[in-house]
Amino acid sequence: MNQYFDMPSDLQHSYVGLIGLHLQEALLPVLFGLLIALPLALVCSRFSWFYAPVLWVTTVLYAIPSLAFFVVLLDYTGDSTTTVMIPLTVYSLVLLVPAIVEGTRAVSPDTVAAATAMGFGSLRRFVQVELPIAVPAIMAGLRLAAVSSISLVSVGAIIGNEGALGNLLHDGQIYHRDPLIITSVVTTAVLAIVVDGLLVLAQVLLTPWQPHGRRAARRAARAAAVDEPAAPRDAVTDAVPAALEDAVR
Amino acid sequence: MIRIESVTKRYADGTVAVDDLTLDIPDGSITVLVGPSGCGKTTTLRMINRMIEPSGGRILLDGQDLAQQPVTALRRSMGYVIQNAGLFQHRTIVDNIATVPRMLGWDRGRARERARELMDRVGLDATLAKRYPYQLSGGQQQRVGVARALAADPPVLLMDEPFSAVDPIVRKGLQAELLRIQSELGKTIVFVTHDIDEAIKLGNMIAVMRTGGHLAQYAPPDELLSAPADAFVEDFLGTDRGIRRLSFFTSAGLDVTATPIVTADADAAQIAERTLPELPYLLVTDADGKPLGWAKAEDLAPRTDAGDGASTEDGASTADLLPHGRPFVLGQDSLRDALDCAVLSPTGWAVAVDGTGKVVGVTSQETIATAIRGAHAGRATKPAEPDADAPDAADTSAAGPAQAPATDGPAPDAPDGDADAPVKAAR
Repeated sequence: MNQYFDMPSDLQHSYVGLIGLHLQEALLPVLFGLLIALPLALVCSRFSWFYAPVLWVTTVLYAIPSLAFFVVLLDYTGDSTTTVMIPLTVYSLVLLVPAIVEGTRAVSPDTVAAATAMGFGSLRRFVQVELPIAVPAIMAGLRLAAVSSISLVSVGAIIGNEGALGNLLHDGQIYHRDPLIITSVVTTAVLAIVVDGLLVLAQVLLTPWQPHGRRAARRAARAAAVDEPAAPRDAVTDAVPAALEDAVR
Repeated sequence: MIRIESVTKRYADGTVAVDDLTLDIPDGSITVLVGPSGCGKTTTLRMINRMIEPSGGRILLDGQDLAQQPVTALRRSMGYVIQNAGLFQHRTIVDNIATVPRMLGWDRGRARERARELMDRVGLDATLAKRYPYQLSGGQQQRVGVARALAADPPVLLMDEPFSAVDPIVRKGLQAELLRIQSELGKTIVFVTHDIDEAIKLGNMIAVMRTGGHLAQYAPPDELLSAPADAFVEDFLGTDRGIRRLSFFTSAGLDVTATPIVTADADAAQIAERTLPELPYLLVTDADGKPLGWAKAEDLAPRTDAGDGASTEDGASTADLLPHGRPFVLGQDSLRDALDCAVLSPTGWAVAVDGTGKVVGVTSQETIATAIRGAHAGRATKPAEPDADAPDAADTSAAGPAQAPATDGPAPDAPDGDADAPVKAAR
């Protein structure tokens, strides 16, 4: 077992410490990305012409290989986690900006019109109506961003010991310790799955207004079936003349 | 009063949605904008709360130009109901309704209390308060939409095809509910629809608009049906406007006779005495005076003589009765209802009841026809009533039928008290 979990000393971290570092390097960029994407998306929803250039720029940035980013950033931020996190933040934008913009755009025009008619200003409407209703779409983008970020952190191993669990891949090779490679791959995958699961849980908690699962769907169907009390009464009174007409014939 | 003054809406591409529209919308009544799609009715509505700004002319609310007022404050002072309710799906029903009060700075408790009060007013069960919109049916959602629009007690209510997306039965219920609520609150309601029947049912005043944003006619429904301004309005109204206009004539003055009415245990002498020469049938009622059905005089008589056991005899005779159909409420329902009952009746005679369902008499198609001629003659000598007082009258009557006390029925010749109440609300 030790061959899997004894960390080489040059990593300066225990196994658990590496996991913590990995999560930090992967998830902080997603958080920063979200903080940048929200105001960007607000501007895009206000001025729709702004969305196309934003999308174009984030897509081009996504196309830049991380290695190229590192080469440029090393001069400024040096051999640090920051150098890894900056590109990851930029990458998350390509997923988060469209998720928020498309999510808020998909809010029913009736809801938007109703909000406007009730005297919501555009900022208040975005924050209090469009954003909350877009949560499922935003969470989908966030899950993708988090999972891809977790796998991308490993690239940080290239610039020294900044790849967290990714460093194990490198150490496994130079020390001929294959179990470390397995540890790295399996742990990264498990982290991705766990984080994704937590985000799904967060979404369920954030959106009690959405039908979740079969029980909720059944409940909704039942609620919809119990219609106006007036309806059956009207149906009866409507049916009477019809029955009478039949009787006459 | 909302005064729309020579308002035009022209878009950048040259499309004219509303063309030089002038309209006075009276306070405390329902004004319906009706017309085919593309006639500019929704544009007009949205210019009232400035969701669309007019490109010419102005709109005055109580003499104040809307363009001079802060837009969010203006909108918060006008309730708005939209076709698919447009509820906030992420908020509970009670919080949906409390939206505008919360924005106006009410504390949460007071806003929710107000919301619950409104749920009751629009006929929503209190148990729905904590539900989310997806858990409600379309009709219930639309009720929430109406409650939400009323939350801050705005004097003006704008309704944009609010009932178009629900099925006809639910729609009928919602329309009745709107009339009931309006009778209690007396808001200034501007209601947009493409359905002329809905317009006639709900409107105190109706503005018929035609494609290109022109006003074709602005009149109370009765006048619209009796004197359409041109071929377009006539076509839009449809074919049976003569019949539909009867909805505006009360059945209060209608002659009914209580003669051919017997209870189930009537004896031969009574039957002979009560049979009218022109009607070979008798209406049989139960002991409470509720109608059971029609029977031929000769069928009724021998059976009554033969049987001794009251229950078997009763059962036998009711089985042979012809259905009496839906009776009309004398004084409350319109001549249209009365005529409908008569036409549908197997005997050709309509059954008139009071508010509690007891028979007050029966009447023939001929008698109804005479009443119709009389009503038409009455309208002809008294030319079109001024619009202003129509709403108030309609309001007071709307609550009537729902609240009719279930006290012991009056004598057959005493119809409901409010004999001259307009009949619109009752339908």
